[in-house]
Amino acid sequence: MSTYTDDPRIVEFDVRTDEMLVNMGPQHPSTHGVLRLVLRTDGEVVSEVTPHIGYLHRCAEKIGENLTPRQWIPYTDRMDYLAGMNMNLGWAMTVEKLLKLDLPEKAKHLRVLICELGRVASHLVGMGAYGLDLGTFSPFLYAFREREKILDLFEEVCGARLTYSYITVGGATADLPRGWLQKCETFLDQLEPIIIEYHTLLTSNAIFVRRAAGIGILSPEMAIGYGCTGPVLRGSGVDQDLRRDGEARYTEMYSGYAFEVIVEKNGHYPKDHHYPPVPASAVLGDCWHRFYVRMLEVVQSIDLVRQAIDRYSIATGSWGEPVKLTEKLPKGEAYLETEAPKGQMGFYIVSEGGSIPWRARARSSCFCNLSVTHELCRGCLIADVPAIVGSLDIVMGEIDR
Amino acid sequence: MRGTEFLERLKERFGERITGSNLEALDPWIEVSPEGLLDVSRYLRDEPALRFSMLNCITAVDYFEPDAKKAAKVTWKPHLELVYHLWSVPHRVSLVMKVMLPRWKNDSPGELPELPSVSRLWPTADWHEREVYDLSGIRFLGHPNLRRILCPEDWVGHPLRKDYEMPLEYHGIRNR
Repeated sequence: MSTYTDDPRIVEFDVRTDEMLVNMGPQHPSTHGVLRLVLRTDGEVVSEVTPHIGYLHRCAEKIGENLTPRQWIPYTDRMDYLAGMNMNLGWAMTVEKLLKLDLPEKAKHLRVLICELGRVASHLVGMGAYGLDLGTFSPFLYAFREREKILDLFEEVCGARLTYSYITVGGATADLPRGWLQKCETFLDQLEPIIIEYHTLLTSNAIFVRRAAGIGILSPEMAIGYGCTGPVLRGSGVDQDLRRDGEARYTEMYSGYAFEVIVEKNGHYPKDHHYPPVPASAVLGDCWHRFYVRMLEVVQSIDLVRQAIDRYSIATGSWGEPVKLTEKLPKGEAYLETEAPKGQMGFYIVSEGGSIPWRARARSSCFCNLSVTHELCRGCLIADVPAIVGSLDIVMGEIDR
Repeated sequence: MRGTEFLERLKERFGERITGSNLEALDPWIEVSPEGLLDVSRYLRDEPALRFSMLNCITAVDYFEPDAKKAAKVTWKPHLELVYHLWSVPHRVSLVMKVMLPRWKNDSPGELPELPSVSRLWPTADWHEREVYDLSGIRFLGHPNLRRILCPEDWVGHPLRKDYEMPLEYHGIRNR
């Protein structure tokens, strides 16, 4: 029997091994929550991976059929619990689309400001946890140190550190407190040089490159076919970002902001001159590229937050429109996708004319991103499985809902 | 391509298999008959002017008459509605495709309605269809691995059906 791969790291080619089923998870430290992976292995080589999900299923969609849209906002927090603000935004905008509600300028800039900060926080966790997957502990601590500061800012805004429910239908629940913008700017000034430090710790680190580059290659066709979105899709070189390409209701929030979609173009990334170059062993669509896209998006989001602060402080109008908790919904249906940190998060609402939706549906990005695992892991080593799953940056709350 | 023009072309090509449309809705949608689903899907994915290469979401909506009292207010006949949200990566447009199904096959309660699977066309449909099967109870013909995905394997019933009742007990765990 021959081995499945020509990997030079496997020395003993002639050793005959039995196939073995290995359970990884559901509580394995490297599986990002309650994910169970069943690996069929031949020695160290993985021939098949079957993800088993559903351990965190909380019936959010069923609950959505029994609550008004504003009451369902806290449930969206618990889907992607690392980027609750962005989840709130997705659902709130879907309901606003159904209500045909338009927001004042100030509320839009407030949302951009908050959601881009949320994106930074989410990517920092993704980055730190990925370092942990590859066996380096310090970046994990450093990333959480920076994330704590964002959570402090969020706590000041809405009183919560993880489940915010801050952005609701019709704007936000409250205005930013006095002096908050200065604190935020101070924080951004601190964060920017630190990002370069993270790059030296991980992106250009020889061990990291060996563990991540050229592993788990996702071709653009496969990424599109499997519905992968967000940094996973852009890491494969597909130029799509809903902040630029999405529905008008969403993109007009970002109109006038200067930003470029982070995707490789002819061997170059936008704004990558400060940062380590692409290593020679990296292939477009591998774990390293997905990680790099995420890191560059942090820098971009910092830039967007700065722009949003400027616009917010001079914008006119209110930070929110009053919408009743039991606002009557018009008959109809609406689907809207927003660019959440982990990918495109879609919400779908069907209303039959009451204040409670007939059907509330969450299309989660991680669900599609994870479904490609069995393709990526075919023929890799057991030690590469956490590297591949980690590079997808999944959150189980969003997959199981 | 404009909405009406697109619809005319589809009708010309597929005739009876395009069973309805609503271009005035918030998200304009077309309705396809279950028999024509695979052909229309393949056309939508492969036609160079369309290229709906990304399947964003499959949703099943259960329209069920709640009880005799409310039945007078309700405008629909009991049915299941499958909603496919498609996205074209090169052209950056979205499309909503709907399929109507009876709630039960042959009107005998307990027999799940059937629909051809599109997982050969869009691999992402694999998991989405498993989820729809699990939660809404629709059997997909030709699906490579139609098992429950979110609920346990031995769970009884399909929770997102409107007439679903929570079991009082599951493996000795009391529910209320």
